[in-house]
Amino acid sequence: MGVGISVEHLNAWYGTTHTLQDINVNLPANHATALIGPSGCGKSTFVRCLNRMHETNPIARATGSVKLGDMDIYADAQPVQIRRRIGMVFQRPNPFPTMSIYDNVASGLKLNGFRNRAVLDETVERSLKASALWEEVKDDLKKKSGASLSGGQQQRMCIARALAVDPEVLLMDEPASALDPVSTSKIEDLIFQLKSQYTIVIVTHNMQQAARVAENTGFFLNGKMVEFDSTHKIFTNPKDKRTEDYITGRFG
Amino acid sequence: MVTRIKFQQNLDDLKERLLIMAGMAEQAIQRSIEAYRTRDLSICEMVFQSEPVINRLEREIDQMALDLLAMEQPMAIDLRFILSVIRINADLERVGDQAVNIAVRVREMGAFANIELPVDIPKLALLASAMVRKSLQAFIEADAELAQSVLKLDDQVDEMNDVAFNELSALIKDRPDLTPQSLNALIIARNLERVGDHATNIAEDVIFWVRGKDVRHQGAAVSSQMAD
Repeated sequence: MGVGISVEHLNAWYGTTHTLQDINVNLPANHATALIGPSGCGKSTFVRCLNRMHETNPIARATGSVKLGDMDIYADAQPVQIRRRIGMVFQRPNPFPTMSIYDNVASGLKLNGFRNRAVLDETVERSLKASALWEEVKDDLKKKSGASLSGGQQQRMCIARALAVDPEVLLMDEPASALDPVSTSKIEDLIFQLKSQYTIVIVTHNMQQAARVAENTGFFLNGKMVEFDSTHKIFTNPKDKRTEDYITGRFG
Repeated sequence: MVTRIKFQQNLDDLKERLLIMAGMAEQAIQRSIEAYRTRDLSICEMVFQSEPVINRLEREIDQMALDLLAMEQPMAIDLRFILSVIRINADLERVGDQAVNIAVRVREMGAFANIELPVDIPKLALLASAMVRKSLQAFIEADAELAQSVLKLDDQVDEMNDVAFNELSALIKDRPDLTPQSLNALIIARNLERVGDHATNIAEDVIFWVRGKDVRHQGAAVSSQMAD
């Protein structure tokens, strides 16, 4: 089951640039939360702070509190532990090109020391079923490389890879922006299904996508979260004029 | 920097088209009342001729709104605006229908003696027309407060219609020979009461567009509070 994320006074910097400024928000468990905003507004930085990816950049730093359930991920845990509990899917699918589909999905588990063949088989099948790819690849799991799949299939394979380590939260940074409409629909259907088991945070530039998949939406601008509310409210009657200007396309 | 220039232009065109429709519907009601007052059947004819034009405009406006929904995927205030236009469009078409209904009654009344009836149809018409005008003014100016003031007028129109019903029912009982004229006047009063209802709907749509609050079916007092 997913767990909620509670963010308090989160600030982030790249060098001297203050990219996130005092973010306070609760992301409820087993809900999809969409993050929208113009390029450079801080939404991807925010997501990368949620699993401590942000600090992998040597000039980046973050302060504040991010609680995954009761655990403060900046105070109580190591980044590797965090990334097992919080999976991430990126804009462009990033398969390991020389690995088979099977090995791509199992790679996270193997990195964590799992070697039991039966456990690996079961996990690969469960993860590929959860990412709605199993039926399309089950006969070629070890024959085909991950890179031989279509873009949409690769992205679902990457989702399977993220799910294989059994996370509680799934972060998705523009997961469908490089995909055609059919593949995009499959990813969106997947998000809808995965919500029952995971807490999902999705960064998207596609406003309709945010409206379709997320219960809650946050609007970022210039490093600040200007508004966070139910998706219904944000897209029909936002409180803040800046949110309205952005979602109606009058921002600029 | 202004963005979405074409979309904004299309929204302006949609608004302009709806206002043309509004002008025609309002004129049809005024003409039907003028026909009642003067019993001039040539004015009734003008009302009948306006109906297909209003119907055509309704279809055009719906198509424009549908195109914008499909092509531009509007959000927030733009989405509420287009939804309001679609609803107002339907109400205006029905205002046009009420004008035709009144003109039909006036034409029937022409077959009978023009007698003094215990009902002030022109006064009721004045109030119902004022509601339509105010609601459209509120739409033109995106003025939710003005729209709220329309909601309060609906009770007055309803009350005048009730009085007309009672007076004319009593007259039918006392003077059965005047039944045809009384019945026609009664139906005209009812048509005008419906015009008031359509104006109320338009005002509620303006409030929805401007403030994002759905105040329908709440009664005037509650709707006014909700719209604040």
